[in-house]
Amino acid sequence: MEGFEATARAEGSTAVVDMAGLLDRSASAALDAAFSEALGLSAGPVVFNFGDVGYINSTGIAIVVGALARARAEGRDVRAYGLTEHYREIFSITRLSDFMGIYDDETTAVAG
Amino acid sequence: MGWFRKRSKDAAPVEEVPAVPVRDGVEIPPHDPLHAYLVQAGGPVDLEKLDLESAALDALRESGSVLVVPLISQGELLGTLSLGPRLSDQPYSADDRRLLSGLASQVAPAVKVANLVKQQESQVKERERIEQELRVAALIQQTLLPKELPSPPGWQIDAYYRPARAVGGDFYDFISLSDGRLGFVVGDVTDKGVPAALVMATTRSHLRAAALRSSDPGEVLADANSVLVDEIPPGMFVTCLYGVLDVESGDVRFANAGHNLPYVKGESGVKELRATGMPLGLMPGMEYDVVTARLLTGEIMLLSSDGIVEAHGPDGEMFGFDAVQATFDSAPDTDVIGHLLEGFDRYVGADAEQEDDVTLVTLRRAAGAEEAAAVFASVPTAVLADFSVPSEQGNEREVMNRVAVSVEEFGFGEARLERLKTAVSEAAMNAIEHGNGGDPDLDVGVRVEARGDRLVVRITDWGGDAEIPDAEEPDIEAKLAGEQRPRGWGLFLIERMVDEMRTSTDDGRHTVELVMNREET
Repeated sequence: MEGFEATARAEGSTAVVDMAGLLDRSASAALDAAFSEALGLSAGPVVFNFGDVGYINSTGIAIVVGALARARAEGRDVRAYGLTEHYREIFSITRLSDFMGIYDDETTAVAG
Repeated sequence: MGWFRKRSKDAAPVEEVPAVPVRDGVEIPPHDPLHAYLVQAGGPVDLEKLDLESAALDALRESGSVLVVPLISQGELLGTLSLGPRLSDQPYSADDRRLLSGLASQVAPAVKVANLVKQQESQVKERERIEQELRVAALIQQTLLPKELPSPPGWQIDAYYRPARAVGGDFYDFISLSDGRLGFVVGDVTDKGVPAALVMATTRSHLRAAALRSSDPGEVLADANSVLVDEIPPGMFVTCLYGVLDVESGDVRFANAGHNLPYVKGESGVKELRATGMPLGLMPGMEYDVVTARLLTGEIMLLSSDGIVEAHGPDGEMFGFDAVQATFDSAPDTDVIGHLLEGFDRYVGADAEQEDDVTLVTLRRAAGAEEAAAVFASVPTAVLADFSVPSEQGNEREVMNRVAVSVEEFGFGEARLERLKTAVSEAAMNAIEHGNGGDPDLDVGVRVEARGDRLVVRITDWGGDAEIPDAEEPDIEAKLAGEQRPRGWGLFLIERMVDEMRTSTDDGRHTVELVMNREET
């Protein structure tokens, strides 16, 4: 899909941010809003669901880095799932995955 | 040796018993009956009473001897004490004889010792002479072997020569010919030492001269043979294989003068290339057939002398052609010679003295960088896409998608295609936002070219000479700590996604070139 949408929901002791669309500059506001909401939904970890994200560019990486920095400042754990092989590689090259647990699916991500 | 077996002439000589010198040039040869008589006489012998058919006896009588006392040590006749008639005309008394016997028994061991010392001295001199000769032979040999190996583009040429202690007459040579051709020689002179080294030197220069006169390897050998027949010492000859390699096509033309056959190792294993002819220097008017072969990329030709084939193991068996062939077959392509030598050393045993010179030469056709470049240069460039987009936000994805469609036929695997897409998208975004400053009136040019296995994507903007500054290396920890801004991943990602990235400026235009090989390198 064109554009980007992000919504937050509570899942057990975590909050999941479901994203869909293109994670680039245009995603910034929507992602920030959903992430803020997620931080308020639970006191536990925040889980990014990349399952419906078909494109992430360097600006999208910067947005994720910004969110991650915010979570760490509040002492909150951040996890992710639903990344394609290619974006797993990019998360690894950028070392995002050193600071964010990468999981295969929601169940394992929520369980941690 | 392929067709002619050489035999060195230094078989152990039959030990000769020397004639025994006795008096004024008179000698008693070992076959003379007097020799045997004196050995078993046990004391002084009156010559007048002897009745023997003996030339030595006659000579002794003629010289005036009447009594001889044999000098015997350990059953060996070393000489005699020879006496003329007594001055008093009386015959020698029993006392005289006892005295002479006693004297002889004391003199004999002293003579024996003196003989041994003399013999040893001459042996030492002989050994020194031989060592000196070997040094001269080795020097001639080493001076004339190539100091450097040729290294034509796309070829790996190796050579190895290990002399036996007695220095055989092995040699090899490389001759640079016109049109990028390379002449190669492996040869073996009968005999050892200085004579072999001198014949080797002569042969080498005749071959060099002939190789420059004719491009036909058969004519080269025939020429060299006709000169050598007149120059070579009787009983000596030279086995030799001469070939010409065309380094561009891999064609080899060679002729053989009684030398070991060459082997070629390719995908289907090791095969022997047959070519026969008489050794050089034996008979005038010889002709040599030319055999042709082509070495394909990855194939290796092995030339050798008989030092390796005819080497004996501890059980007396020869290493043999089959073992050479099998060892060659199992050798790693880049170290055939090392592998053959290992096999050879293992076979003959670590302490065995090398019987003959060992010479090995390999010609390996490798897919060298220059050859690959030549192939690449002959591959036409295919333009897969050539378009432009206005500098509007989001058009980087249009560029990415159109490039992805244009390379569908190129055959990237999924991972490499995704990497290319990310790199193209980032480069296009830089062009739109930085190079063209987001001005929709300025376009971003995109051209995709395929050349062989390489894909090149050029993305051009109007940023002119204003080089995009090298982005500071993004540091995730600094970013998370708020010490570096979260952005700044673009160039970092491009560089890690593609095989090569180059930038250039020309007439106000700025181009980023992304190069990606079809397969991961």
